[in-house]
Amino acid sequence: MQQRAETGKDCLPFTTSATDRTEQTVGKPRTVDREKAITGDRIFKWMTTGFAFSILIILGLMLFQMAGESWPALKQFGWQFVTGRDWDAVQGHFGALPYLYGSVVSSVLALLLATPLSIGAAIFITEIAPKRLGSLIAPLVELLAAIPSVIYGLWGVLVMAPWLQSTVEPFLIERFGFLPFFQGAPYGVSMLAAVFILMIMVVPIITSITREVLLAVPQSQKEAAIALGATRWETIMMAVLPYGRSGIMGAAILGLGRAVGETMAVTMVIGNAPQISASLLSPAYTMPSVIANEFAEAVSKLHTAALMEIGLMLLVVTLIINALARLLIWGVTKDSSGGAA
Amino acid sequence: MMRSVAWRNTKNHLMTALMLAATAAVLFPLLLIFVHIVKMGIDSLSVDFFTQIPKPTGEQGGGMANGMLGSLIMIGAASLVGLPIGIFGAIYLTEYGGSRMSAAIRFAADVLSGTPSIITGLVAYSLLVVPMKGFSAMAGAAALGMIMVPIVLRTTEEQLKMVPGTLREASLALGVPLWRTSLKVTLRSATSGVLTGILLAIARVAGETAPLLFTALGNQFWGKSLFAPMAAIPLQIFTFAISPYEDWHRLAWAGALVLVVVMFTLSLTARYFGRQKYRI
Repeated sequence: MQQRAETGKDCLPFTTSATDRTEQTVGKPRTVDREKAITGDRIFKWMTTGFAFSILIILGLMLFQMAGESWPALKQFGWQFVTGRDWDAVQGHFGALPYLYGSVVSSVLALLLATPLSIGAAIFITEIAPKRLGSLIAPLVELLAAIPSVIYGLWGVLVMAPWLQSTVEPFLIERFGFLPFFQGAPYGVSMLAAVFILMIMVVPIITSITREVLLAVPQSQKEAAIALGATRWETIMMAVLPYGRSGIMGAAILGLGRAVGETMAVTMVIGNAPQISASLLSPAYTMPSVIANEFAEAVSKLHTAALMEIGLMLLVVTLIINALARLLIWGVTKDSSGGAA
Repeated sequence: MMRSVAWRNTKNHLMTALMLAATAAVLFPLLLIFVHIVKMGIDSLSVDFFTQIPKPTGEQGGGMANGMLGSLIMIGAASLVGLPIGIFGAIYLTEYGGSRMSAAIRFAADVLSGTPSIITGLVAYSLLVVPMKGFSAMAGAAALGMIMVPIVLRTTEEQLKMVPGTLREASLALGVPLWRTSLKVTLRSATSGVLTGILLAIARVAGETAPLLFTALGNQFWGKSLFAPMAAIPLQIFTFAISPYEDWHRLAWAGALVLVVVMFTLSLTARYFGRQKYRI
């Protein structure tokens, strides 16, 4: 009783207005007010349902429009669209293989570089660093992750690419030039630049989700390992990481989804040349980049449709990636919230 | 199998150092970029930046005033569409949730938040630019609105869930209709949390470039109306960054600084409101 009285006192604005209402309505016939309330509720339900339903409509429209707009290209090229290397808007040949290749290589390499770093940082933040330091780094990483992609691109094209061209790429050519990955002239804007900028951009995402996953590991799990005499590192390896394994995988896959869909920064640094080259130093092209560059100036209906089809592939791929990641992350955080409680 | 304690301790220290190094490797480029933006931005900012529109190539000076106004207008228009759908959608999920329909809505919101932003641009293009036969600020705002919806929906839902059921029940027991309870008790108690979601959505959308490329298109001059192409800060940063002109690069850096300052302010304010959470 005591508690309830206090609650009432603190939310004075709500309760007073509510009491006022009841006092006012005491004199009036009850039925009127009740009917009004019922009508109000009915309208309210309709309205909220309408707004909620419009989200489904948006998604439906999205899929419908993308499929409809890319239909001409789907019909004309079929599977050749995915296997063809020739992209000539004037002649009307459209093969998207170079863009697929560029997207896959840039995102996968970026992910391979970013994941170990992110897991390491997340372990440091949650398990090793003093509480205060950890709670300083975590929001800092998240804040920096909010910097828009176009600004990463600006830095990438004006600062990083020239630096790659003058320092890193000549070094790679000189030392590792015998490998097919580091052959050719140093352009600066290249696959390598795209991999680096993507890595910088997905690291904060993977770090912060991995951190959440690690925080969800039950304390008892760690205490058990410590009680057995494990060192801190052994505790992490034995108790923390196995528990969060699928969640960390989910975090990495979510990072992949972000990397695949990343448009502006990549467009600005990758050099935009639709070619398939083993060398990381040569310019390349990705699926979102070609849409960004060509869509507003598409020369024909078929060109527009081909770009739309690339968009459709992108949509389907990110949809699958995100569904997978969410399933993996859910598994961990759901179980643990029950276990920790 | 038992290894020596000394080796285990050494390994522990070694790995600790490695984790520290990873953290440094994560933070270093991010801080480097941030410091660079601040330095270049401060060097390039001037009063003209806030009052002038871009000068033609080759001329000195100029600013991004049209872009700032354009961004404000389009974010405002996007909010008009995105916020009601997000907030009322969240109320639907909390009040009438549990059905198959709400599961579908949550799924749709998740899918929407995962789609690359350039796709929303393509959709807005086919829905608005093609029928209206021209690039327009309205199409840009629609694309941005689509991005805002899932962010606002999920944060609002989280916040509404945290309002204790007893509070709602107390209101309902007093004879207050559900719709009034929902708006005046539940939503109002969660105000600060909902505000957090709104600010985060605006911060996210303020820096979006890809969805505007073929909807709002950009404009070197003042945007005439919602039905005409309009400039936006991120679009201008993109155009100027890939141009070969030193002077335009300076404008891009200044724009980047302004954008970063705006976004950090929004995120930090959102964090401040978010920390208040729900207060009885």
